[in-house]
Amino acid sequence: MSAVLQNLVNQPYKHGFVTEIESDVAPKGLNEDIIRLISTKKNEPEWLLDFRLKAYEQWLKMEEPKWPNVRYPAIDFQAISYYAAPKPKQKLNSMDEVDPELLRTFEKLGVPMHERAALAGVAVDVIFDSVSVATTYKQKLAEVGIIFCSISEAVHAHPALVKQYLGTVVPVGDNYYAALNSAVFTDGTFCFIPKGVQCPMDLSTYFRINTEESGQFERTLIIAEEGASVSYLEGCTAPKFDTNELHAAVVELVALDNADIKYSTVQNWYAGDENGLGGIYNFVTKRGLAKGTNSRISWTQVETGSAITWKYPSCVLQGENSVGEFYSVAVTNNYQQADTGTKMVHIGKNTRSTIVSKGISAGHSNNSYRGLVRIAPTAAGARNYSQCDSMLIGDKCGAHTFPYIQVRNNSAKVEHEASTSKIGEDQLFYFAQRGIGNEEAVSMIINGFCKDVFQQLPMEFAVEATKLLGFKLEGSVG
Amino acid sequence: MIYHDSKVLLEVRGLRATVNGIEILKGIDLTVRSGEVHAIMGTNGSGKSTLAKVLAGHDAYEVTGGSVLFQGSNLLDLAPEERARAGVFLAFQYPIEIPGVANSHFLRLAYNTLQAQRGEEELDPLEFEDFVREKMKLLEMNPDFLDRGVNEGFSGGEKKRNEILQMALLEPRLAILDETDSGLDIDALRIVTKGVNQLASQDNAIVLVTHYQRMLNYIEPDFVHVMRAGRIIKTGGKELALDLEMRGYDWVGVEHRAAVEA
Ligand SMILES: Nc1ncnc2c1ncn2[C@@H]1O[C@H](COP(=O)(O)OP(=O)(O)OP(=O)(O)O)[C@@H](O)[C@H]1O
Ligand SMILES: [Mg+2]
Repeated sequence: MSAVLQNLVNQPYKHGFVTEIESDVAPKGLNEDIIRLISTKKNEPEWLLDFRLKAYEQWLKMEEPKWPNVRYPAIDFQAISYYAAPKPKQKLNSMDEVDPELLRTFEKLGVPMHERAALAGVAVDVIFDSVSVATTYKQKLAEVGIIFCSISEAVHAHPALVKQYLGTVVPVGDNYYAALNSAVFTDGTFCFIPKGVQCPMDLSTYFRINTEESGQFERTLIIAEEGASVSYLEGCTAPKFDTNELHAAVVELVALDNADIKYSTVQNWYAGDENGLGGIYNFVTKRGLAKGTNSRISWTQVETGSAITWKYPSCVLQGENSVGEFYSVAVTNNYQQADTGTKMVHIGKNTRSTIVSKGISAGHSNNSYRGLVRIAPTAAGARNYSQCDSMLIGDKCGAHTFPYIQVRNNSAKVEHEASTSKIGEDQLFYFAQRGIGNEEAVSMIINGFCKDVFQQLPMEFAVEATKLLGFKLEGSVG
Repeated sequence: MIYHDSKVLLEVRGLRATVNGIEILKGIDLTVRSGEVHAIMGTNGSGKSTLAKVLAGHDAYEVTGGSVLFQGSNLLDLAPEERARAGVFLAFQYPIEIPGVANSHFLRLAYNTLQAQRGEEELDPLEFEDFVREKMKLLEMNPDFLDRGVNEGFSGGEKKRNEILQMALLEPRLAILDETDSGLDIDALRIVTKGVNQLASQDNAIVLVTHYQRMLNYIEPDFVHVMRAGRIIKTGGKELALDLEMRGYDWVGVEHRAAVEA
């Protein structure tokens, strides 16, 4: 450790940090001092530092998982910088100053206008009255007692809530990347829906305008109290032009009695180029605890980006009659690799889960579904239905299905269906013979294939997802 | 029907084509004028479907010689979807299934694509629903087929009927019907051929590929061609089909060889 750093972390007061904050990037590498540094910079309470240190201690004892069906060069965790203040994006004054190439991409993706501006780094309020949008938004939510802010803000404004729930669904030592995230997370989203409140609008990260970019180690915590319900939309759909970056997020959801959380993601991080160079490594832990009776947790994801995706949004169905759902579309093209799926852990009586997974592989890519359905001895009357369909475009890609089923209660019912299909030359010829060109044909076939998942998405998201898929697969056929 | 002043719609000259390097079509000559009905018969594997797919532009087949003019311009220059939009329609011998794509959606897109091409009005889903139901009545098809995937789980005969439904929607200039009769029950054959006859006019032409006279009882051909080993070896009137039905194909081959050797 550098002498300078040693001095800094050992100082009782962090005067030196002021300049450090301005110079914004912590030295590369991970050790206890770095974690203390992060915590100090964020002015965190003692318990959170302990949380981080405990996670770090566990992480040291763990090994990177080798079971996913993905290949990548070893990651040097000491070569990463774990604290970077928000990237100082250069603010532009009008859309005319934005790279036209970027604008064309946004247009193709159908990214809404206000979002395009924000993403391109144009001061949004110059063009749109987004400040007032955000304010009305906040006001409306506050009126019904909903808390929706960055997790750093929540740590200070609502410490008791954060402390009560953080790490209860994904324990610090849950897995290698979750432990890493717990040790070094810098920001993310906090959302709390109090008893009996139906959130009056879909919550999306975009509208949390005041927050800075959360960076590589994002942390999200959503709590729905008794009888509350919320629909949360994650992520923007714009491509991220960073290269070969590790992204290890943790998302925790808690649903109490009769509560309902719906979490939708459209992920389109940078996937690397057509030769497999660059791209994000997306190693994410997402888990929902259906804690209360009749509670429901529903994940919908459309995964199109990242060089590597390692992600299993899961449900722990603890409450009696609780429901878990997982609807997923994962698209891989070129040299992308995805190993994604879900875990449904049935603990309570009469718990029910549904899994619908659609994998689409094109180019030289590899797409694996990995799903676990576990019925505990206590889960009398539990039911699961799983459907995993794969579609291949071309003959150089791969699709794999790894279902794991563990049933420890005789009254449970588990059904699994799987299929593999291929977009063949003859199908495309059939369309063409009726006047429909290849691109449109592929998009029609793919949308038909993904229908069961897309209809779970909020309207706007579904439209974007449809366009995104067409864009992703453009030129992959014929 | 043969009309006196009708124009040449399709002109095939010396057409040769290969698949995977194997020559299947070995010099096809065929002239089709508007208003006419042509029947192509011939033994299994003689190249009838290949000819149909080559005309429609399937890219598994490579054209190695000859020419094809459609309404006076080079058909071989066009991509398959452009040929379709120009009015070439192929009812497939084995219509493929496209699971997950609703038949109604598919039919509407095909219809609207053509309407756009012709500079005519496109229909929204509700308008199209009415329009397509009328056409289905003509073919005595249950409207439930609109909600199913394209040909998904359709019986053999149902697939064929769905092909002719598409012909009725798209009103092609040149319709090539590849063994549309096979798989149809007796009533269905009558219904489908009635539909085809209603679509036939002085402005379009029909090329039927078939093995059996029974279809030609309903749709009367002006010309009957016999294919063998990638060539048309005999052409005659509708009585030729009756001859073939009685005597089989062998004598045509014998006659052809004699003619070639002489
Ligand atoms: N992809 C291919 N590879 C090799 N041979 C092929 C291929 N496609 C067609 N053929 C061959 O071309 C020949 C002509 O086939 P085609 O389907 O045109 O016959 P057809 O006259 O329509 O026969 P049928 O009356 O049985 O429908 C056959 O011998 C067939 O095996
Ligand atoms: Mg044939």
